[in-house]
Amino acid sequence: MRKFSGWTLLKEAFGGQQGWTPQWRRVAPQAEYDAIIIGGGGHGLAAAYYLASEHGITRTAVLEKGWIGGGNTGRNTTIIRSNYLFDESAALYDHALKLWEDLSQVLNYNVMFSPRGVMMLAHTVHDVQVAKRHIHANRGNGVDNEWLSPEEAKAYCPPLNIERNIRYPVLGAALQRRGGTARHDAVAWGYARAADAIGVDIIENCEVTGLVRDASGAMEAVQTSRGLIRCRRVGVSAAGNTSVVLGLAGVRLPLESFPLQALVSEPVKPVVPCVVMSGSIHAYISQSDKGELVIGAGTDAYTSYTQRGALHVNSHTLSAVCELFPAFRRMRMLRNWGGIVDVTPDRSPIIARTPVPGLYVNCGWGTGGFKATPGAGHLLAWTMARDEPHPINAPFTIERFRDGHLIDEAAAAAVAH
Amino acid sequence: MLLIQCPYCGLRPELEFAYAGQAHVARPADPSATTPDQWTEFLYLRDNTRGIHAERWRHVRGCARFFNALRDTTTDQFLATYRAGESMPVLQQAGQKP
Amino acid sequence: MSGRRIQQGGRVDRSRAIRFTFDGKGYSGFAGDTLASALLANGVQVFGRSFKYHRPRGVIAAGSEEPNALVTVMRDEARCTPNLRATQVELYDGLVARSQNRWPSLDFDVQAVNDLLSPLLPSAFYYKTFMWPRAAWHKLYEPVIRRAAGLGESPTLPDPDRYSQRFAHCDVLVVGAGPAGLAAALTASASGARVMLCDEQPEFGGSLLDEPAATIDGATTADWIRDSMATLRSRANVTLLTRTTAFGYFPHNLIGLNERITEHLPAPAADMPRERLWQVRAARVLIAAGSIERPLVFPGNDRPGVMLASAARTYLHRYGVAVGQNVVLVTGSDAAYAAALDLHAAGVRVALIADVRADATGAPLDLARQAGIEVVTGATVLGTRGRLGVREVTIGVLARGTVNDTRRVKCDALLLSGGYTPSVHLFSQSRGKLEFNEARQAFLPSVSAEPESSAGSCRGIDGYTQVLNDGARVGAASALAAGYSVAAPEYRVQALEFGMHGLPGVLPQASPLQPARAFVDFQNDVTSKDLALAMREGFESVEHIKRYTTTGMATDQGKTSNMNALAFVAGELGRTIPKVGLTTFRMPYTPVTFGIFAGYDRGDLFDPVRTTSMHDWAVQQGAVFEDVGQWKRARYFPRSGEDMHAAVDRECKAVRTGVGMFDASTLGTIEVVGPDAATFLSRLYVNGFSTLAVGRSRYGILLRDDGFIYDDGVIARIAGERFHVTTTTGGAARVFGMMEDYLQTEWPDLRCWLTSTTEQWAVIAVQGPRARDVLAPLVSDVDLSAAALPHLGVTQGRICGVPMRLFRMSFTGELGYEVNVPADYGLAVWEAIHAAGQPHGITPYGTETMHVLRAEKGYIIVGQETDGTVTPDDAGLGWAIAKSKPDFVGKRSLARETMHAPDRKQLVGLLTVDPKVVLEEGAQIVATPGQHAPMKMIGHVTSSYHSAVLGRSIALALLRGGRARIGETLYVPMPGGEIAVQVTATVFYDVEGARLHG
Repeated sequence: MRKFSGWTLLKEAFGGQQGWTPQWRRVAPQAEYDAIIIGGGGHGLAAAYYLASEHGITRTAVLEKGWIGGGNTGRNTTIIRSNYLFDESAALYDHALKLWEDLSQVLNYNVMFSPRGVMMLAHTVHDVQVAKRHIHANRGNGVDNEWLSPEEAKAYCPPLNIERNIRYPVLGAALQRRGGTARHDAVAWGYARAADAIGVDIIENCEVTGLVRDASGAMEAVQTSRGLIRCRRVGVSAAGNTSVVLGLAGVRLPLESFPLQALVSEPVKPVVPCVVMSGSIHAYISQSDKGELVIGAGTDAYTSYTQRGALHVNSHTLSAVCELFPAFRRMRMLRNWGGIVDVTPDRSPIIARTPVPGLYVNCGWGTGGFKATPGAGHLLAWTMARDEPHPINAPFTIERFRDGHLIDEAAAAAVAH
Repeated sequence: MLLIQCPYCGLRPELEFAYAGQAHVARPADPSATTPDQWTEFLYLRDNTRGIHAERWRHVRGCARFFNALRDTTTDQFLATYRAGESMPVLQQAGQKP
Repeated sequence: MSGRRIQQGGRVDRSRAIRFTFDGKGYSGFAGDTLASALLANGVQVFGRSFKYHRPRGVIAAGSEEPNALVTVMRDEARCTPNLRATQVELYDGLVARSQNRWPSLDFDVQAVNDLLSPLLPSAFYYKTFMWPRAAWHKLYEPVIRRAAGLGESPTLPDPDRYSQRFAHCDVLVVGAGPAGLAAALTASASGARVMLCDEQPEFGGSLLDEPAATIDGATTADWIRDSMATLRSRANVTLLTRTTAFGYFPHNLIGLNERITEHLPAPAADMPRERLWQVRAARVLIAAGSIERPLVFPGNDRPGVMLASAARTYLHRYGVAVGQNVVLVTGSDAAYAAALDLHAAGVRVALIADVRADATGAPLDLARQAGIEVVTGATVLGTRGRLGVREVTIGVLARGTVNDTRRVKCDALLLSGGYTPSVHLFSQSRGKLEFNEARQAFLPSVSAEPESSAGSCRGIDGYTQVLNDGARVGAASALAAGYSVAAPEYRVQALEFGMHGLPGVLPQASPLQPARAFVDFQNDVTSKDLALAMREGFESVEHIKRYTTTGMATDQGKTSNMNALAFVAGELGRTIPKVGLTTFRMPYTPVTFGIFAGYDRGDLFDPVRTTSMHDWAVQQGAVFEDVGQWKRARYFPRSGEDMHAAVDRECKAVRTGVGMFDASTLGTIEVVGPDAATFLSRLYVNGFSTLAVGRSRYGILLRDDGFIYDDGVIARIAGERFHVTTTTGGAARVFGMMEDYLQTEWPDLRCWLTSTTEQWAVIAVQGPRARDVLAPLVSDVDLSAAALPHLGVTQGRICGVPMRLFRMSFTGELGYEVNVPADYGLAVWEAIHAAGQPHGITPYGTETMHVLRAEKGYIIVGQETDGTVTPDDAGLGWAIAKSKPDFVGKRSLARETMHAPDRKQLVGLLTVDPKVVLEEGAQIVATPGQHAPMKMIGHVTSSYHSAVLGRSIALALLRGGRARIGETLYVPMPGGEIAVQVTATVFYDVEGARLHG
């Protein structure tokens, strides 16, 4: 792997940039692997990287039906935070956040992790109660999160409207300073390059069409559009398409796939210095390094695999953005797109063994998967390598739904009285 | 914004409707007799079909009635809508509008 | 600076001079000019600076595809719009525009140093560096990059303009009013079909506006357009929308249109919306979006003065502007010869036509040569010169990989044409399938996904006669598909026109590639070398290349660049263009103002405000309100000088010692009626209702089938088959929906009907030891005595003559009534009770006091004590469950083992050791002091108040194994230190409940 640095860049400047080599090899699938990851998004590539780098399982392949990073990895609003309520969630997301903090150095790829702060607005007395419960729980878990008055929130994000006479005035905000954003594509490419360098085969345009089990019912091989590949340890990390892939092995999961839209404005000079989220009026906004305002919303109402959503959902989000930032009414939408997010009943993910021996799954991240990328990959790799979960993902099983051990982050923010 | 054929009121915009999840998931007649797995199946497990999906909608800002629909989740085109309690229509041919 | 306006011609109104400024300098143009045409007429060539290298850039196009000429237009301090294309900004008197992304000036920009550093800054360089030391990215490098990036500046003041929205339906929506669209609209509307026709430009006609010399059926284009418009205007079934962009194609033939209404006016009327969003549901959509000329890619192709040949023709014929006095045309298509011939005819010197096709031949070349213009075939461009504008171009002839006959040609404008790209954006947004057409070297619409058709050059039709006839035919077919019949007319056009075929990609160079940079994406400064670098680094998917180099991701979305990038990549990879594939076309077609999506949903209209009958009274009394769902609820009623704490203390004391009144109208109310009503409620709620006597009520708990508390409320049996069900304020709609769901789909056999009656009732809670005394003189037909109307009794009668349902109930622990009257009488009855209560010191109280009073009694609030993970037993409400019922919603889930685990969080009371300390709601609880993160947290505070009646703080909490911990001392860690608390039962006041029964 050609090392990336200011120095190599300078050297290449004199050589017309001719010395660079492919960031990952273009390889045909081998007949057999020790581990296969289905799904070449950030999560799957990270899992392959950690399988090889931390568990020595270098005979690993990532199978991607399209191009890597082309699903939700390339379609999200890049928000990273770990200020979740329940202990299990806080541990999970903070594990990821800690990995983010030196990911550029570990991968030797600038993923542009930028801890610019994630500010979550409270608009009602109930919002304030919920925010403070989060702050206290987070402090107990060693996760930074602090309460800001409306004036402090505005000082942190000057264009924010804190007038008291608007429909849902800002009553305060919870700020996680360690939260922020990263460059989504770079995460996929960085993991791909680093994994490739230690032997992982990244195989694009390779769609999985069957999961083959032996007489005992355990995983034996993967049937793909590029032939049969033998492997007894298979991890599925296919986001919105997880139900479809696991259906090939007859495994049913508590998942539904919904469209989730996002959009960017035309680029402008720096104006939004942090991430601002409003759960109760459904708007998220930040500004990319390029200058685009990056805006996201809640999911559309119905299940769909079309990767597009409805105009009225978008409009609602932009109404909320314009209330919170009335100067942005004149800004213009440049691009809008949709992803497919797989949602569990308790809005928490599953990183676990499945009922099929040798088949593992990482799914159910809903609208929040990007932030977990390094952590999800790390824990899936651990679970696959040892055939048992890491203590952090041990609660995130499939069986929790049967047993009632839900980790209900959505309900925790439920609307009150 | 989809256009949805309410079996009672006719073709109306999606704004009048609420999506209500997979259709034909009947609540067990005697829940106490179900095994944990059967109950979990009812509560949480869904087909999440990529393709033709039988689902429920409610014409909440219209006649307020629940009904069922067949929709292709890869195109969002409806193939049929029918009343609650009616059995799923048999499509003549995949992709063909009845 | 030389003027470029020619003596005559163009569609501008030369009688109306318009003054405007650009970067502070005053200029003059004509009515009908765009900012671009007026500046060009004034000899301005540099319009802006590019995104990355800050290279000076001119205008290359005349329409919405323009990548370079982005400006900020300022009407006033608050009406400041960045990133507008000068080619679309219509001139008005007093217009103030300024250039962007430069400092200190457009002609001298310090950051142009990036251009010198460009060898260091190839595509995606930022992924390879700035990684050391770790914190430096966020602290040092990123802020520098962010300041350098961006284009214009965001507005900073609230936008005072209004935006409007309309829904519309039609039979045929025609997108684009060029020749195909006009012919289509004329034909389709002749059938009687409702037709809508929109075009992004201020006048209809499209490319016909560039063809003053052409004739259609013998009429000049100007006359034909005028007559056609007159015909369309005369038809009542036609809606015409200029300055209206069809920006998005949504499922089921919904099209989003963005109409710009006032932007071109010098002084818009105050009551006019600035822009409008149309959401059009069309039976058929007819896309006649035309096609866009491509530039050619060669070293130095981005200098100001380099322009699309079609744009030069547009400036000449529509605006009377010659883009140069001495021009060179470089072309890969026949079509562009028309530009050279027209400019030549207008008196402009055409120094050379360099045709990059070795085999170019035929009419266009012959005509050019007849006009005395030199034509070179098999040409390539080796470079250009000129700091702020092109001054010279180096042309050679390429043969067998070597360049011969190199020569430098002086020019002040360099026209380019690589042929035309059909505008398939909307078609592709509709999810229709595209197919690559080898002959056209273009992607064309193939299989439709929605009821739509394309017509004219956007589907690869070439030549005005064919385009008009295609438009007419498809217009007739669309009308027919929508149920209207009409015959398509035949048109005959005479025009100077040549084929639009061309060559996408980068002009061949002598190998190896020249060191100078050939720009593919102008705005984002992506060169062919950047694309090559991406491929060298293994990026082969066209989506990867787009993302790695950012080609096609600028504000023009690659309208002029995507095909060139694609062809170059295909060539380098040795694959065909369709094999490389196309990037996805995303909405919107051109950028759309946020304001139109928000439309009327602003201020109080952002979300409906729900108020009760007594709202205005509370406002007059100076109540402080809180938002609960969409409702405004009075939180407390401060008297002068009181803060919330003081007001709530006073209100609480009044209820405990005298009487208070409270507006409970926001609670949801559902009337459940029918022979099976009791059975229905018994199946839903954990409680039994079959045994509930008429005239009695019961506290009901509703679970979801997962076993967790969903809602609660009091349910009264008004008559044998009639129940009055109350819900929480926030839960009203979802509980009603859940009830309908079970009734309609699980138990359709039950004879039972549900009506939401929340809006029908005004509900006045009268609470306190004197409550009976207050109400007694006002009611009739009602016996208020404890014997006749005991706690949880319900009766009907009249109050102040108004029919009433009277509930004896209490959420305060005091003697209490809830008076339900028709909402229209709410205020009158409220005022009557208030007046009657004066001798008793009746005190209106708000939600905050209600919260304190109920917490003193240990009553829960769903959503505060519960969070979707709490069972009835967790909340201490296990007593409410009717154990004998075979089933109710949630029962099966409660039978799961984990629902009975002893360490579940259970509701308890907490008393701080220091009675003055009020815990913070949401604070966590630990068993042992002195813990550091991660702490072992065993619960949290759900409610916490100062209790006036107890003279100390109280709190409720969910605590692991809480009921077994009663009596223990635990700790609440706060940033300032730990607070010791004692675990208690949940009822703090009147534990035996005697006051309820007063």
